[in-house]
Amino acid sequence: MINKKVANVQEALKGVSNNMTFMLGGFGLSGIPENSIAELVNLGVNGLTCISNNAGVDDFGLGLLLQKKQIKKMVSSYVGENDEFERQMLSGELDVELIPQGTLAERCRAAQAGFPAIYTPAGYGTEVSEGKETREFDGKMYVLEHAFKADFAFVKAWKGDAAGNLIFKGTARNFNPNMCGAAKITVAEVEELVPLGELDPNQIHIPGIFVQRIFQGEVYEKRIEQRTVRQRD
Amino acid sequence: MLDKNGIAKRIAKEVKDGYYVNLGIGIPTLVANFVRDDIEVEFQSENGVLGMGPFPFEGEEDADVINAGKQTITTLPGASFFDSALSFSMIRGQHVDLTILGAMEVAENGDIANWKIPGRMVKGMGGAMDLVASAENIIVAMMHTNKRGESKLLKRCSLPLTGVGCVKRIVTNLAVIEVSTKGFILLERAPGVSVEDIKNATEGTLIVEGDIPEMDI
Repeated sequence: MINKKVANVQEALKGVSNNMTFMLGGFGLSGIPENSIAELVNLGVNGLTCISNNAGVDDFGLGLLLQKKQIKKMVSSYVGENDEFERQMLSGELDVELIPQGTLAERCRAAQAGFPAIYTPAGYGTEVSEGKETREFDGKMYVLEHAFKADFAFVKAWKGDAAGNLIFKGTARNFNPNMCGAAKITVAEVEELVPLGELDPNQIHIPGIFVQRIFQGEVYEKRIEQRTVRQRD
Repeated sequence: MLDKNGIAKRIAKEVKDGYYVNLGIGIPTLVANFVRDDIEVEFQSENGVLGMGPFPFEGEEDADVINAGKQTITTLPGASFFDSALSFSMIRGQHVDLTILGAMEVAENGDIANWKIPGRMVKGMGGAMDLVASAENIIVAMMHTNKRGESKLLKRCSLPLTGVGCVKRIVTNLAVIEVSTKGFILLERAPGVSVEDIKNATEGTLIVEGDIPEMDI
């Protein structure tokens, strides 16, 4: 077994510095790497480019890094839930690149899988495809989209082991598996770091080869963004 | 004239047994409430779930089980979770049978605009561009005119596009319309709405052939 376990979040984030590009898993606030984000706030690194589907809310998730003005550029598909984000975007302090959600996922996966670029129909004929190479296949038009290049990927899983194997839960899975192994260093934080051998190899979502560092997060708030319920009859 | 629930009710009739369906935010979400219960349909949400169920009972919400609108949901027996790349493989690979989404504008050539108003805060396209570029069967659910009374069915879209030549069918508060190479073909009228009313509310080319039946809802 190749040991990926590190003692804590501080050790997991060693080598993080200003002006780096990060991938961060999560959809809304579901499945975000809460502990890694908190440590990035602690470290005070700035000038960051963050590839993440969303940008958190004002006081949670990537919103915490935005508050401290640590982010220079966001690459996302949807960013609507954050006043500070809006203020920085409209004032020009923050650079924002909006891309289709499926393209975001596939540019991560391409980096993970060793493809330099992929063709997608998404965005063809819209401003998203402006200045990009397009090509026809079987009578339909596609846009060439390049694999992301990132220094660190921060992902969050439900369970993991010292070998770096990961299992996700529910829709907290989202972009997390696609970002594993898509950056130079993948840091996985898990709710539960279980003893080696406890995870059934048949049930592993991401094999440890895609993960360089793993640690158990100290606390998980797991905040709910839109609490919707139905009444009991 | 229909209200939002009426539009959803009419669209629900287009949902067939054995369909995998992706519902957008807004009126499309309401469609799930009107699908016949004697057919089998599975709802896909692009954040990674197939087999979505209703909202949870109070106290049973799970931060790890949400829909694309970030609302807490439940799953039905037979449901599955998956990552974002696989979710868009379902969409881009045309495994999803029907996509229902809202729009700000639709053009008579099938172009759709629903993600950006220049000069206003832009929130992003989310999964809309992937959905419209890939789905074979797209129904747009929207009001026929905007808040200022201007037509949303245009010769050409004025807003930045989400996709080109992709919309096949539109259900509004006034009409059911098919998008063809010649323009908008009027298929059905909403209860109490005349062909003249629909013509007046449609800026793009409206093709009216023969008697136009009233919607059966």
